[in-house]
Amino acid sequence: MTTAPTTQTSVQPTAVPASNSVAETSSRGSMLTIRNLSKTFRLHMLGGVELPAISEVSFEVLPGEFVGLSGPSGAGKSTVLKCIHRTYLATSGEILYRSAHRGTVDLVSVAEGEILEFRRTEIGFVSQFLRVIPRVGAQDLVAEPIRLRLGVDLETARLRAASLLDRLGIPRKLFSAYPATFSGGEQQRVNIARAVAWEPRLLLLDEPTASLDKRSVDAVVELFAQLRENGATMVGVFHDPELLERITDRVVRIGAEP
Amino acid sequence: MRVREWMDREAAPRSTFAFLDDGAKKDVRRALLKAVAIPGYQVPYGSREMPLARGWGTGGIQITLSLLKPDDIVKVIDQGCDGSVNAVNIKKFYERTAGVEITTDTALATLVQTRHRIPEEPLTDRQILVLQVPYPEALREVEPSEAQTRRMHAEADYARMWLHLYEDIVRFGEIRISYRYPCTVNGRHVMDPSPIPRWDVPKLHMADALFLFGAGRERRIYAIPPHTRVEPLEFEDHRFRVEDFSGKSCARCGATDTFLDEILMPDGSQTHYCSDSGHCDKRRAGWKPC
Amino acid sequence: MEALLRAHGITRRYGPGCALCLDSTGADAGTNRCPTCGSVWACRDVSLELRAEEALGIVGESGSGKSTLVKLLHFDDPATSGYLELARLRQLEGIGGIYADGCDWSRDLFSMDRYRQRRVRDASMGIVYQHPHLGLRMGVSSGGNVAERLLSAGWRSIGAMRQRASHLLERTEIPLSRMDEPPRNFSGGMQQRVQIAKALSGDPPILLLDEVSTGLDLSVQARVLDMIRTLREELRLSMVVVSHDLGVIHLLCQRTMVMKNGQVVESGLTDQILQDPQHGYTQLLVASQLQ
Repeated sequence: MTTAPTTQTSVQPTAVPASNSVAETSSRGSMLTIRNLSKTFRLHMLGGVELPAISEVSFEVLPGEFVGLSGPSGAGKSTVLKCIHRTYLATSGEILYRSAHRGTVDLVSVAEGEILEFRRTEIGFVSQFLRVIPRVGAQDLVAEPIRLRLGVDLETARLRAASLLDRLGIPRKLFSAYPATFSGGEQQRVNIARAVAWEPRLLLLDEPTASLDKRSVDAVVELFAQLRENGATMVGVFHDPELLERITDRVVRIGAEP
Repeated sequence: MRVREWMDREAAPRSTFAFLDDGAKKDVRRALLKAVAIPGYQVPYGSREMPLARGWGTGGIQITLSLLKPDDIVKVIDQGCDGSVNAVNIKKFYERTAGVEITTDTALATLVQTRHRIPEEPLTDRQILVLQVPYPEALREVEPSEAQTRRMHAEADYARMWLHLYEDIVRFGEIRISYRYPCTVNGRHVMDPSPIPRWDVPKLHMADALFLFGAGRERRIYAIPPHTRVEPLEFEDHRFRVEDFSGKSCARCGATDTFLDEILMPDGSQTHYCSDSGHCDKRRAGWKPC
Repeated sequence: MEALLRAHGITRRYGPGCALCLDSTGADAGTNRCPTCGSVWACRDVSLELRAEEALGIVGESGSGKSTLVKLLHFDDPATSGYLELARLRQLEGIGGIYADGCDWSRDLFSMDRYRQRRVRDASMGIVYQHPHLGLRMGVSSGGNVAERLLSAGWRSIGAMRQRASHLLERTEIPLSRMDEPPRNFSGGMQQRVQIAKALSGDPPILLLDEVSTGLDLSVQARVLDMIRTLREELRLSMVVVSHDLGVIHLLCQRTMVMKNGQVVESGLTDQILQDPQHGYTQLLVASQLQ
């Protein structure tokens, strides 16, 4: 890997903050450049024992690309996604993200406020489990991010939410019910709808199809395909290796080489 | 030696003009100066023992004694009346200890001491009105702690006083305070005007005379200097109102423009007299208010 | 999102303090009380920043100093040292001496006189305490409770105040037929909702919530939290949320500070605090959570 300073051909039209001068060396054109990313958990309750989760992970994601992460169980695939989302604090390495309006930033070190701003306007995350909110029905749960992040009125947001839930096969009679009472598969589909409804620019998928049946998986896959057509870049971890091969452009292997 | 002679001899060299010794007068005057400088603010002072029980006007008496000059003409009233026992006793006290002239005519007086009324006749810039105050703290109704009420005054934190009035209006449709109506003085301190009726409150506003308030038992002195704003607490949609005597008049002088006392006659009927007896007498003697 | 409030080095000490205090109290020492002089360091060197329309969580066990911190921010209690500043707010423009010319930030509010502090507080903050009796006058009507802050801010029209109070009580789901009843007659959940209405009466940009749902039944708690979420969004509120309940923090807050024995041991994005806690105490806290 080269660390030679680049010439005048900077990829960034916008100004890069001084603390992120490393951005200069990011590969031209990539949306996400992950370099030597390591994460070690330190468990104080067990006398400070250290558990390495990932070590020296490097890969790139191009704009509009769908990159899948593969690897044995426990290799740290989810850890990579969570480091990108800053749910985990990386121990070392860098995650250079080419944002829409703020130039290229290192998601490992950029200020919390910036991360929150990216999460609000650019980066979405689909987790394995739905986070229910008390007293909020399924349709409103999905409508909320549409309304808040895209600035549309409540009626429009609810209509869009309804069509999304329709596509994912949630029965209409459940729209106003509280998702806490739903089955695992239904909850997961509501979760996906909520996460993608506002069409984030970069979507991180952490086993979004784990608890879904075949038909629902197809609906979700179709939804992802449409998001990509609209320009979304995605990085995902999937339970099913065959599905991973089928829907991603490229697979990056995490953990020891086979 | 007879007891009387002994008393005269003992008393003679010590008795000073207007009873109080110079130290006590100085203390009161110092408090008065501060009170005038901060209108409506209660100045603590060392209230002295008087030959009268606390709660019988000792605060007002100490102020008067500290201010008296030999050429003063003094009027003392008790709820408007020059002839009540308390007023008469106090007048005699001033006569004996200061040798000042006593009058019942408000216009002639240089100093008026009063309990619970302000004379009907407007006071001039040559006159001082001394009011006797039983409870100087206007906020006591809403806050029992002295430390807290002092803090509230210091920070002009009067929301609870206002809330008290708000609750009255919500519950009873009007403010129920008939006397001791709280007022904002000079746009700053909320002050208890002593137990004068609402009728008298407007007389405090932008007056020509100096008003001095003395609470002997509570050891507080406060003041309203001449030409000071005194505004009763009121809401834009619930204005302060004085007592309504429309359709009633004084049975002695016929006045329809004064504060009237309601008198129950032996036969059960009601009649009304002027509360300000000096004013009533003057009218009966043919004097016309201008 | 621009910063709205910032505080630096906030400290609250009860007691004389001594040379040994700093070494023998705090998160690492496991106590906030100095064994030598007996001083209690309820809050020690806490710095924070609250952005517009952001909710900042403060978690910790009882005695960690989290409630003291909001009381200091609300001027309920004077800070021993530290600074508090507010960004230029339209609500504070009528109060003299708050902003120096050309400055985007106020002067230090902790060193201002109590009169100004109260005016700043009335204009910019609302607070909801865990115990309704701290925030409400139990013998005064609910409408009167809401009106108190308005009166403090100089409102002098009964009609306008009643209109505002009924609007807020309606928003917090208190039946208007009970507007003139004192909160003493109400259930705990209802009292809490009257408190919220009172806190919002002056239309403040900042809302401080101190254990707002603690001690309520689960269904009542859900109702109160849902109401806070809705109001926050509609009124574009910034909030400081104190709770020992990580679920409440997770639901409401984007960022979180963890306190122990008066000190901040860790702060970060809420999901990071919950999923990748760095400090031993936070790890213990997260591991102790009911799922």
